Amino acid sequence: MQAIEKYTYTTPTLSPKAQQMRDLMTNYITIVSRRLPDDVTKKLKDLAQIEVDPLQQLVYDTMRENQLLAETLKRPSCQDTGALQFFIKCGAQFPLLSELNAILKDAVYQATQKAPLRHNAVQTFDEYNTGLNIGNGIPSVFLEIGDNSTDIEIYVYMAGGGCTLPGAAKVLMPGEGYEGVVRFVMDQMTSYGINACPPLLVGVGVATSVETAAFNSKLALMRTVDSVSPNANAAKMEQLLETGINNIGLGPQGFGGKKSVMGVNVVNTARHPSTIGVGISTGCWSHRRGKITFDAALNYTLPMNKGVQL
Amino acid sequence: MRTFHLTTPISDADLEEIRIGDIIYLNGTMVTCRDVAHRRLVEEKMPLPVDVRNKAILHAGPIVKDLGNDHYEMVSVGPTTSMRMEKFEEEFVKQTGVKLIIGKGGMGPGTQRACEKYKALQLVYPAGNAVYAATKVQKIVDAQWRDLGMPETLWVCKIADFGPLVVAIDTTGANLFEQNKIEFNRRKEAEIQKINAQVRFIK
Repeated sequence: MQAIEKYTYTTPTLSPKAQQMRDLMTNYITIVSRRLPDDVTKKLKDLAQIEVDPLQQLVYDTMRENQLLAETLKRPSCQDTGALQFFIKCGAQFPLLSELNAILKDAVYQATQKAPLRHNAVQTFDEYNTGLNIGNGIPSVFLEIGDNSTDIEIYVYMAGGGCTLPGAAKVLMPGEGYEGVVRFVMDQMTSYGINACPPLLVGVGVATSVETAAFNSKLALMRTVDSVSPNANAAKMEQLLETGINNIGLGPQGFGGKKSVMGVNVVNTARHPSTIGVGISTGCWSHRRGKITFDAALNYTLPMNKGVQL
Repeated sequence: MRTFHLTTPISDADLEEIRIGDIIYLNGTMVTCRDVAHRRLVEEKMPLPVDVRNKAILHAGPIVKDLGNDHYEMVSVGPTTSMRMEKFEEEFVKQTGVKLIIGKGGMGPGTQRACEKYKALQLVYPAGNAVYAATKVQKIVDAQWRDLGMPETLWVCKIADFGPLVVAIDTTGANLFEQNKIEFNRRKEAEIQKINAQVRFIK
């Protein structure tokens, strides 16, 4: 048998400016691992007031206490710190574009020791944990060149295994219509959603094929929990699904309760006339999603974390 | 919803009165044990290197800080999806004599049979609350199967007041999540009908 060639990593040689960005990203990843974004924190507070039974209250009390402890003790609030993903819109003139992949990979590597994050990169087929929390394709970087500006906008996302499991995509025949989309989403809620740490943020993608629909569904999770689709019919479906899934009554942790979701977000793009691609992704109550923007001088903003400085 | 405080080693009598929906806080020994450890015991026939008889396992892959000289600190520990272990759990309980299976979400008929036959409970810790849980781990006293990496290692933990643990399967074989699921599915069909009357966008 041939010996397995182990994954190795050597810290890259970065330009001084790239090092600066790497350090800022390392700090931000560490913060995302322990502090929920403002929209999620607010939503959980609202939902906790709606649930009145002792069991549900006990769960919400535990969540609140946990987030306080995570902040005080400076530890990741959930042990499953995910396989890091970055969804990026980058101006074509952003000065560090050529070093971006190296910056992000090294930031994850550094944050893994700093936070510390769990080692979540298992090399497939060879089936061993790299022990570094990076591996082939981890972190995943999805890059869109937005315009000709010098700015960059980065969503940081750590999804644990639990809320990654409900992810699914399917291509429907147009005859199945949006009714088929609804069925697909609702079925996934009672089968897998229940174990994905509700209240959930549900992302629904509608497009042509599995990868476009699935990708849209992930982008939907980058939107804030109370955001509304700019498309009137998609917004209507968001509202209908939110009410519908809430009425299933999953409750926190699937123990039953009045609410099941923090929100439902739909992201849609055009479709081939012969297909409707539908994708679903779910975020758990501990939805560790962040957003950071930089300009060319690396001045940053953190629109989802008021008052936080790196 | 009644509250119980249990300490390992746990006897059959300790669990007799406890029913689904009750809450438990646990003291004593709890060992993290998940996918590959279950597979090794059941499929690979490798004996578990830690004795969990009359104790508790936690389906979890924690973040642990290595302090050197075989000393470790529990940084963040919370349950993982227990359903992944369903395939192995009946045989696991039979072979190991474990009394409490702690994890996240429901488990299925195999675990129900095991809980009834071997007098065990399946419990759910509210997932995602991993720092809270870590503060209830007083000490990591042993680590086995280190070759599996941080998440899959068997971390033997001394715990105090570990909880709240919600009873999901009791020793009569009653299953909280399966009961809920029947109701959830019934409601779902009614909701789909309501929604689908309003999403006929293709005309």
